[in-house]
Amino acid sequence: MSEFLQLCFNGTALGARYALVALGFVIIYRATGVINFAQGGLLALGAYLAYALNDTAALPFALAVIGAVIASGLIGAATERVVLRKMVGQPVFAVVMVTIGMLFILEQTITSIWGFEALNLGDPWGVQIVRAGDVVLAQRDLWTIGIAGAVLAAFFAFFRFSKLGVAMRATAFDQEAALAQGISARRVFAVSWGISGALACLAGVTLAAGPAALSPGIGAVALIAFPAMIVGGLDSPVGAVLGGLIIGITQALTTGYQEDLFGWAGANFAAVMPYVVMVLILLVRPYGLFGTREVRRI
Amino acid sequence: MSFRRTPRVHGLMTRSYADDLRLFGSGKAKLGLLALVLAYLGLPFFLTSDFWLSVLDYAGIAAIGALGLNLLTGYTGQVSLGHAFFIGLGAYAAAQLGGPDALNLPLPLWLLGAAVFGVLVGALIGPFALRLRGNYLAIVTLGLIFLGEHLFRNLKEVTGGNSGTNVDTTATLGGLDFKDLALLGENFSFNQGYFWLIWGLVGLVALLVKNLVRTRPGRALQAVRDRDVAAEVVGVQLGRYKVGAFAVSSGLAALAGALLGSYQQFVSPDEFSLFLSIQYIAIIIVGGVGTVFGSIVGALVLGGLPGLIDKYSASIPGVSTGSGDSGFISVFSLNQAIFGLLIVLFLVFEPRGLAAVWLRVKAYFKAWPFSY
Repeated sequence: MSEFLQLCFNGTALGARYALVALGFVIIYRATGVINFAQGGLLALGAYLAYALNDTAALPFALAVIGAVIASGLIGAATERVVLRKMVGQPVFAVVMVTIGMLFILEQTITSIWGFEALNLGDPWGVQIVRAGDVVLAQRDLWTIGIAGAVLAAFFAFFRFSKLGVAMRATAFDQEAALAQGISARRVFAVSWGISGALACLAGVTLAAGPAALSPGIGAVALIAFPAMIVGGLDSPVGAVLGGLIIGITQALTTGYQEDLFGWAGANFAAVMPYVVMVLILLVRPYGLFGTREVRRI
Repeated sequence: MSFRRTPRVHGLMTRSYADDLRLFGSGKAKLGLLALVLAYLGLPFFLTSDFWLSVLDYAGIAAIGALGLNLLTGYTGQVSLGHAFFIGLGAYAAAQLGGPDALNLPLPLWLLGAAVFGVLVGALIGPFALRLRGNYLAIVTLGLIFLGEHLFRNLKEVTGGNSGTNVDTTATLGGLDFKDLALLGENFSFNQGYFWLIWGLVGLVALLVKNLVRTRPGRALQAVRDRDVAAEVVGVQLGRYKVGAFAVSSGLAALAGALLGSYQQFVSPDEFSLFLSIQYIAIIIVGGVGTVFGSIVGALVLGGLPGLIDKYSASIPGVSTGSGDSGFISVFSLNQAIFGLLIVLFLVFEPRGLAAVWLRVKAYFKAWPFSY
């Protein structure tokens, strides 16, 4: 039992990170109808910026993270302004490919600046743990869950109560009607990308914290957050969070019970488990758990 | 005043839809084709550099795979990131069918067998994948890459696991052994023989795809691309054509994979990653989405690029070629970054690719020296 609880805790912490990334996808998708494959690149970049501010600029860790979050947000908004704005009205294929191209450029920029070696992020959590009965809670995991929870609460409050948040929801709902009400779609697009970049940075920092260490490979996490987003439904923020948790817990359980249950499926099956879950859910619900069914007109 | 039909019309003039759909437009096009055929037949006599031949051979393999992807993405409008999976499938199928240690089938049979295997797997996966559209489809086919890589790494009896497998195929056709060709009293190298084999197949596949897209099924596919609901309304059976395009595209990918395996004589799961799919996507974007000609041009430009960068990396400033070297970017990174950059630049500035550039040049010279 305690093993199961332990795995569930690990899974929740992992799922919280996926949820942060998936939420970033969903915000951009709702505002602009674009799936941002470059999210993984932004995530890695954010984590490396935090490292650079902490290690090279010698800022305290908390300040470094805040600085990196702001910088990532600005980079996200700048990406939208410089590249994606030119793609408005282009077919889905073209836009998706542009973001994939950006992913490859970002990843290689990172490796050419910081190299391939694993770096220590310099976070205060390290490998410290808290014991609750038989379950071992790593401090960085507790912080991750806490940060993710706080960010998500702030996020939903922002969309519910702030003027800009409501404007963003209106734009997502009906772009033309929102324009007619005097909402600037450009501002909404830029803010969406900014928020998404900031979320990616937070996800990157919590991923690279502690014993995991910082390496260019952490961008690949975004590829696993895709199933999280799809499971929840492309355009549902609640779905993104739930999808993240589902995928995170499934993955942790698969890792934990690999020997007993998934021996037949080959080593490291946990790495592809999210995609298996995604395919199974899509077979039943082609638009995910909470996604809006697309209305098709001629 | 009476209209007299002139017996000879200008080569560019078309008087019916049948004229528009001709395989070879004008006399000039036929001449151009003849020149290409002569170049194909004659090139290995003059080109003996193994490096340049290998660049061309890789480009030819890429052209076959790109024709398949263009059929699916360019003509049918279905985004697929899973092309690398089918290429891997073909390579492993060739290893199982063609080698003396395996079934030891002759060249036409293992090539065809790999392609048919690809078609079958594509037809099996297609109905599930193609229920989804646009973004959802892109991500599900992305999943195909990861699931495929997992299979390639873990089905050790068939694929050799992480360490890969030898692909020791026979390449003999009617007395001609492409691996060690003796023709007209001359002996040709492995690379020269494979040039003829690969580019011959490129010609065949290009003809197949061209004929497919200029006839009824092709028009149905393009209708699906332009607006699938409208296509359904005018009587296109959506499921059938989407799955059909997916299956044919997978089959061509598997054919390219079989050639790749046979040419390299070895494959490992590392080759069939997301980056390979991205390379193929870059090829059709740079060449021209929705054109047969563009797939081949794109493959010629990009298919040999990794080899070229590798060879000339020492002379590109800032590139580190070895571990002790002081450069800020490795050859591998540079490759990925260049493919990424090409995709972004072409989509932003020339979304229709090199094919469109060529058409513009051609249109300019059509009436030259007059401007219109």
